[in-house]
Amino acid sequence: METHTKLFEPALVKTAVKEAFVKLSPVSLIKNPVMFTVEVGTVFMLLTSLYSLKYTDQGFFGYNITVFFILLLTLLFANFAEAIAEARGKAQANSLRKTRQDTIAKLYLSASDIKEISSGELAKGDVFICEAGDTIPSDGEIIEGIATIDESAITGESAPVIREAGGDKSSVTGGTKVLSDQIKVKVTSDLGESFLDKMIALVEGASRQKTPNEIALTILLAGFTLVFVIVCITLKPFADYANAPITIAAFISLFVCLIPTTIGGLLSAIGIAGMDRALRANVITKSGKAVETAGDIDVLLLDKTGTITIGNRKATAFYPANGIPKETFIKLCLLSSIADETPEGKSIVELANELLPIGAVNSSEKEGMNFIKFTAETRSSGVKLKNGNQILKGAFDSMRKITENANFSFPEDTSIEVNKIASNGGTPLVVTENSVIMGVIELQDIIKPGISERFERLRKMGIKTVMVTGDNPLTAKFIAEKAGVDDFIAEAKPEDKMNYIKAEQKLGKLVAMMGDGTNDAPALAQADVGVAMNSGTQAAKEAGNMVDLDNDPTKLIEIVEIGKQLLMTRGTLTTFSIANDVAKYFAIVPALFITAIPALQFLNIMDLHSPETAILSAVIFNAIIIPLLIPLALKGVAYKPIGASALLRRNLLIYGLGGVIVPFIGIKLIDLGVSLLF
Amino acid sequence: MNTEILGIVLIFLLAVALAIPLGKYIAKIFGEGKPFAEGFFAPIEKFIFRLSGINPNKQMTWKEHLKALLTINLIWFFWAMLLLMTQSYHFWNPDNNPSMSPDLAFNTAVSFLVNANLQHYSGETGLSYLSQLACITFLQFVTAATGIAACIVVFKAFKEKQGNLLGNFYDYFVKTVLRILLPISVITSVILVFSGVPMTFLGKANIQTIEGVAQQISRGPAAAMIAIKQAGTNGGGFFGVNSAHPLENPTYLTNILENLLIILIPIALIFALGYYLKNKKLSIMIFGVMTIGFLMLLIPSVMQEMQGNKKITDMGISQIHGSMEGKETRFGAAASAFWGVTTTVTSNGSVNAMHDSMTPLSGLSQLMGMMVNAFYGGVGVGFLNFYVFLILAVFISGLMVGRTPEFLGKKIEAREMKIAMLIALLHPLLILGGTALSSFLIVLHQYGWLNNPGYHGFSEMMYEYSSASANNGSGFEGLGDNTPFWNISTGVVLVLARFLPIIGPVAIAGLLAAKKQVPESAGTLKTDTGTFGVMIMAVILIIAALSFFPALTLGPLAEYFSL
Repeated sequence: METHTKLFEPALVKTAVKEAFVKLSPVSLIKNPVMFTVEVGTVFMLLTSLYSLKYTDQGFFGYNITVFFILLLTLLFANFAEAIAEARGKAQANSLRKTRQDTIAKLYLSASDIKEISSGELAKGDVFICEAGDTIPSDGEIIEGIATIDESAITGESAPVIREAGGDKSSVTGGTKVLSDQIKVKVTSDLGESFLDKMIALVEGASRQKTPNEIALTILLAGFTLVFVIVCITLKPFADYANAPITIAAFISLFVCLIPTTIGGLLSAIGIAGMDRALRANVITKSGKAVETAGDIDVLLLDKTGTITIGNRKATAFYPANGIPKETFIKLCLLSSIADETPEGKSIVELANELLPIGAVNSSEKEGMNFIKFTAETRSSGVKLKNGNQILKGAFDSMRKITENANFSFPEDTSIEVNKIASNGGTPLVVTENSVIMGVIELQDIIKPGISERFERLRKMGIKTVMVTGDNPLTAKFIAEKAGVDDFIAEAKPEDKMNYIKAEQKLGKLVAMMGDGTNDAPALAQADVGVAMNSGTQAAKEAGNMVDLDNDPTKLIEIVEIGKQLLMTRGTLTTFSIANDVAKYFAIVPALFITAIPALQFLNIMDLHSPETAILSAVIFNAIIIPLLIPLALKGVAYKPIGASALLRRNLLIYGLGGVIVPFIGIKLIDLGVSLLF
Repeated sequence: MNTEILGIVLIFLLAVALAIPLGKYIAKIFGEGKPFAEGFFAPIEKFIFRLSGINPNKQMTWKEHLKALLTINLIWFFWAMLLLMTQSYHFWNPDNNPSMSPDLAFNTAVSFLVNANLQHYSGETGLSYLSQLACITFLQFVTAATGIAACIVVFKAFKEKQGNLLGNFYDYFVKTVLRILLPISVITSVILVFSGVPMTFLGKANIQTIEGVAQQISRGPAAAMIAIKQAGTNGGGFFGVNSAHPLENPTYLTNILENLLIILIPIALIFALGYYLKNKKLSIMIFGVMTIGFLMLLIPSVMQEMQGNKKITDMGISQIHGSMEGKETRFGAAASAFWGVTTTVTSNGSVNAMHDSMTPLSGLSQLMGMMVNAFYGGVGVGFLNFYVFLILAVFISGLMVGRTPEFLGKKIEAREMKIAMLIALLHPLLILGGTALSSFLIVLHQYGWLNNPGYHGFSEMMYEYSSASANNGSGFEGLGDNTPFWNISTGVVLVLARFLPIIGPVAIAGLLAAKKQVPESAGTLKTDTGTFGVMIMAVILIIAALSFFPALTLGPLAEYFSL
């Protein structure tokens, strides 16, 4: 579900502004050491302002209270950044939550006793029944039946999907709609404990834990803060020695400007925004750490079907059984598929039209036929013609059963052909007319357009791609080479995935995979990033650390980029924040001492108006840079797969050099404005 | 003038030219292959280990390494105290120099134990020849070897794919003394003796000067000590005025040799890293960053000294030879400035001129050299300091390219960051804290410590703590530092600034060695590139500049702008 909330949606801004004040509470601020020290400084500044109402040795009240308000604004801006990130995440999560309005649940007590209750009353372990037209009241696992389900409320994808008991696609999500058949579903989580609820809690901060990387960065920032505590405290005796007394306002301003408030103020917003971006990509993460780890992935395990190849195969050749004229056979195939809306059916029609001479099938033949739908049980589809002939096409074994039931033999040459197609990585589709085998259609995998470019992009990120397929090694190799993956696991059994992951991890690599079946659960748990499809079994979802609501196997690639963006945004803003200090020094340090040591005018390279305006300009710059960078913090720094060194050069130039230069310009401009008041 | 510049360029190039084969040799000693003269050294080592009952093949974890290092240092401390306080009973004491008082002995013992060599005594009158050899020269060997051995532990940790065992400390230590420090010192001493440096156990010489005045000339076993004093970044001179003394540094040739030795092993160790890890690009990057930093400090200093003091020029006095106050005419302005910067960037601390007399920007260069303390740096420990900056740079740049930061395949996480940050904080804390304390006391009590009040006096105090914290040992002088306050406060700084910056990097390297090595991929940030070099340089400059800028403003910068 793609929703494009504007960065600063008025409603969200309103909540965030309110939150910004609430977050001033020292109890919540202490988690952020940088901003907490700013708060301490702000309180001191307030006291100084009050003091200067009566005494004059600490400067004028008006000036001091101005500094106080700017410091307060700095805090509010930082709080606002966090609050708006939270609000956006929450809004996104809520729109997902809305899909689960209160509906009626048909609670199954026994075959004869079905009670209608509100979906809110369902508890874990309850069993309910859903029939065509019902909205599924809660997340759960099908324990009986098969049904087509409209999941567009969650995925935005309009094509219905099949979910059935026992298989790998047994999960249903609350808010989706049953279109056909009837299923019996067991509730898998209590109200408020579904993955979505967990995700909402993560975004809201209630259960948000700092990730290891965030902790390391906090240590770095705390270290820088401490350096400046030392610098500022020792400056007092230095200044006394030099007979250059410094006012409290100047001291606190210097301190607040020097400590990395920019990144300190934006740090948690960046983290939340990362999870929010994942959510926008319709991925529910169970922890912030998983998103970060995704950025470090070295190996990607991808299922062939649906990821590398279009899930649907395409007809590539027709092989009539012995004695059947080719043209007749193709015509049968065409007729069998004319009403077939599946991609495979369409591809058969397309190929047949290409091969048949124009007018080979007259329109009267097409009239009055009845389409026989594909069902999970028959595993075949076809048509019943006006003349009563029934043409069916389907999987080899199910068609053989039909033939044998009708006491016909299965022609040997078709059987050979079937094997040949299978061994070439294709899928044989056997066609019968009135239960007589007429021949076989070869369907082949079609590699997704653009997928090899995506693999190239991954390779540039340093990620190895591995294709997992049930195909035989020859076919697998053929497709792997064509698609451009680095490695493949052929004839893969679930434990093969597991072994591959373990082997890579032993080499120190981080592995990501996507899976849906119960079979996949151990591998999903073993992988560093395991993405379960929402359609997958409960076991798979429990084992992974992310759930993809779209069931889109290429999603892993997006997730990796989100993870990288998250780290990069932190890194670049840290660099920017620290680089800013150079200019702030040149603004404030001369201002501190210029009265006592006029020679230091040489250091006032920005030619700022006066010591007072210089300090004020630096503090104002320090405050407004935070909201100016909120969009960047929320959107994330763009990731470009150009190699690590080139990326470092680029970011060093933009955020490092930029971080040195921008404040020189900014502070000078603000000083030009401020000096009008002095 | 051009000859003067040529002279210092020559010293530098010669040092690098010698450092490359020396680095290769060092890498071989501790790495694979048969090092030079194995057949000669191996039996001696075997004998030493047999005698001491140490098993040099016992593998140690990083903690065991540190335990060995600290224990052996503690023993040396007591050994030094014992010798210094019993001098009056010593043989080899022809001048009958007295025993040291306990506080002076403490100060001297600590100062030499930490490879700093701050001297609150004068060698001519303060030490017996036995103390000069068995205490001072001995400590100059073993403390240099301690630093190098710790550095080798870190090298070994870099090489480790995943494991805890990082070789044997005593093995590294003995090999360093025997195969690196002793040969260099022997060769140097011989050259020095032939150049006129005394090496005798006779007492003061009584001579008649040309003017006909009877004069006593101090002498002693000087050549042996001066070699290791220069080569082991020790810096503590045999005579009070160090290498400005004509018998400690008689000619321009000995000046070349002694100055070259200051930077020889620090540079050689960088190359040794490259040979040891078979990653030459990494050592070229590190050497490049260090050299650029070094030149950034050297060039202004040389220019300022050769230009002379503006105030003096204004008086109409010719300064064609540059600022010569406090300098030896046999060396000249450029060579004095060169020595001044090399001795401060490397934590050597020997001097061939009076740093107090140099122009303000030279003082700034020297202060910055000690504040960074990683442009080459002291033997072994210089690289350890650089390693801390490197870890910080790796962390920030790793984030900038969207990958959990890693160095040589090992992930840098919270624990390593905590240690790196603490070590990076220590230096500003000790220097700024010490200077603040002394500034506070001087304002409060108007102590008469300073020869020059004002900005220069401030620089003098800051220099003293920078020198102590960098384990440099040189003095700006002009500071009455032989008082209980200075003895105690610098003593504390010396000890903290020696051992914590060894413990920290060894711990980081040890922790990283135990981690799984992540194979390199296209997404890995290469640390042996120029781009990463720029990043480290930025981190060094930002940390040094940001923490010391306000203080430097009130010292050398204010002085410079007031000229």
